[in-house]
Amino acid sequence: MTATATTGHALPDQNGRFGPYGGKFVPETLMSALEELEQAYDEVRRDKSFNEELSELLRRYVGRPTPLYFAPNLSREMQGASIYLKREDLAHTGAHKINNALGQALLAQRLGKRRIIAETGAGQHGVATATVCAKLGMECVVYMGEEDIHRQSPNVYRMKLLGAEVRSVTSGSRTLKDAINETIRDWVTNVETTHYIIGSVVGPHPYPKMVRNFQAVIGSEARRQVLEQAGRLPDYAVACVGGGSNAIGLFYAFIPDETVQLIGVEAAGEGVHTHRHAATITRGRPGALHGSMSYLLQDEHGQVQEAHSISAGLDYPGVGPEHSYLKDSGRAEYVAITDSEALDGFDLITRREGIIPALEPAHAIAYLKKMKPSLTSNHVVILLMSGRGDKDLGAVAAARGISI
Amino acid sequence: MLSNSIEKAFLSARAEGRAGLAAFVTAGHPRPDLTPGIVKAVAEAGADVIELGVPFSDPLAEGPTIQKSSHDALTAGATPAGCIEAARRVRALGVETPLVLMGYYNPILSMGLGRYCEEAASAGVDGLITPDLPVEECGPLADAAERAGMGLTPLVALTSTDRRIEAACRRASGFVYCVSVLGVTGVRADVSGRVRRLVERVRGYTDLPVAVGFGVSTPEHVREISSYADGAVVGSAIIDAITSGPPDSAAERAGEFVRSLLEGGCR
Repeated sequence: MTATATTGHALPDQNGRFGPYGGKFVPETLMSALEELEQAYDEVRRDKSFNEELSELLRRYVGRPTPLYFAPNLSREMQGASIYLKREDLAHTGAHKINNALGQALLAQRLGKRRIIAETGAGQHGVATATVCAKLGMECVVYMGEEDIHRQSPNVYRMKLLGAEVRSVTSGSRTLKDAINETIRDWVTNVETTHYIIGSVVGPHPYPKMVRNFQAVIGSEARRQVLEQAGRLPDYAVACVGGGSNAIGLFYAFIPDETVQLIGVEAAGEGVHTHRHAATITRGRPGALHGSMSYLLQDEHGQVQEAHSISAGLDYPGVGPEHSYLKDSGRAEYVAITDSEALDGFDLITRREGIIPALEPAHAIAYLKKMKPSLTSNHVVILLMSGRGDKDLGAVAAARGISI
Repeated sequence: MLSNSIEKAFLSARAEGRAGLAAFVTAGHPRPDLTPGIVKAVAEAGADVIELGVPFSDPLAEGPTIQKSSHDALTAGATPAGCIEAARRVRALGVETPLVLMGYYNPILSMGLGRYCEEAASAGVDGLITPDLPVEECGPLADAAERAGMGLTPLVALTSTDRRIEAACRRASGFVYCVSVLGVTGVRADVSGRVRRLVERVRGYTDLPVAVGFGVSTPEHVREISSYADGAVVGSAIIDAITSGPPDSAAERAGEFVRSLLEGGCR
């Protein structure tokens, strides 16, 4: 198993562009650090000892490869189509976020940077980052919106137990967007000693490329596993999209396989025709935020709009630039699922397969229900279970008016 | 060079043996209707260049003061078109001081680079500063600005390599803006000693005036910067003066503060 991607398309280009998207839209103070990071990353990608160290940790610490699980009850429910779940929820810390956090922390070590900063929405990336920092003995500061701190309090405590400092962000919408703003401001201030572990395929080049490549292990494994288990490539690969790191991680290996339809599921919140949603590709238009050009939820004056989703991890008005490219090129399709549909998806897989999902992949499961009329027993579907649902029990109960 | 009114303003300050003062105010703050009067007061107090900040929802390079003034301006109804209109009113009030629009890229993109530049230029704006647009990405806006008869002032940082400084100076117009700190805007006790060396490095690549900003907030800071640079940019401290009393007398306080900076710092 190699830790870095070897398949997919040859993007981004040397300017960090996926067609018109991507690039580096950040204050000048950060530019030298980005150049240094790009150079260091290009070196370690080809460095055997780095790849061996990462692979070994992914195997023995994270628990990779994660299973590709044939879900018999869900398959029956879906007209007999073969539904396979890629079980990132079984990775250490309970989500795919650890793949990237580990890769970037090892890279930071090689850069000689002992202080790590990160943003988090649902808390999964914060927990993954705090975990690797505890293991590697690095200082860790996690910025989290005040609103998310309330919604995801178990993960806040996990981060603190792991030795991280969690800083509450009270500006703007007090969610992921504002946490990223504040983390970038910290990085501008401490750039000489600090590495910023971005948790998704967003931000300035080289982050979208680097995070994708650390997450591409998901799709590389899944492609090999589905060929072994189903004897063929899937017809569909389905994953939720907030910033989009789990989705790109799954999609990347399948990009050259043109028969595989790639479907990204965004959060429609209370509906894409309301003002309360996070369906960036479905409803946004291109703009520049957090260092890259991509689809963006913005008003007529170019001010960034607040996103809304029941899922803190999808509650973001931007999206990774590679997704914008895949959308425009037609290689991937993007759809949106509402909060209440996601809760139905949550129930479906919990009751039928005994797997309590995070609210983020519950959106992907809900879309499967919409695909049902077009599915037959000849179809093979891979659905990415990007994380487990422990963190969301409070949110699910609250949505139903239950106090636990 | 095209936007030489800005360059000339710094050069004439230098001819008087002082650094030029670039005064920043957030357009639309504390209320959009007050902006022309505030700018006029700052100009009459003797500011050599005025930076008019176009508020953005996610101002990455700003500290708490300008974050808040931007947020308040947006809440009060400020828009990019409204900021350009404010510049037009400033000119209608007879103010001739060079005006620079300082704004993040997305609102400019949203309006359209060409339209933004044409409307700004026709309103009497002389140049642009875009804090999230490094030299790699500035081409399209620099071209649009040039077509409209304006120029783009680049920011260079303590962390900029010589290669980056050279590239930034090659496309620079008006002046070169040296960011004095690792960090965001906001009042600080001292100006970093490292910026003096940065100014010297920049002078190796350009004859344009070189100004220093971020954290510059007192007459002492301005005096210190005068000894090695052509200009000092003051922002958050002016915003603090504006917010320290009722909105209707904001213009007087802004003018008074700028006068104190000039009297104590530049002469």
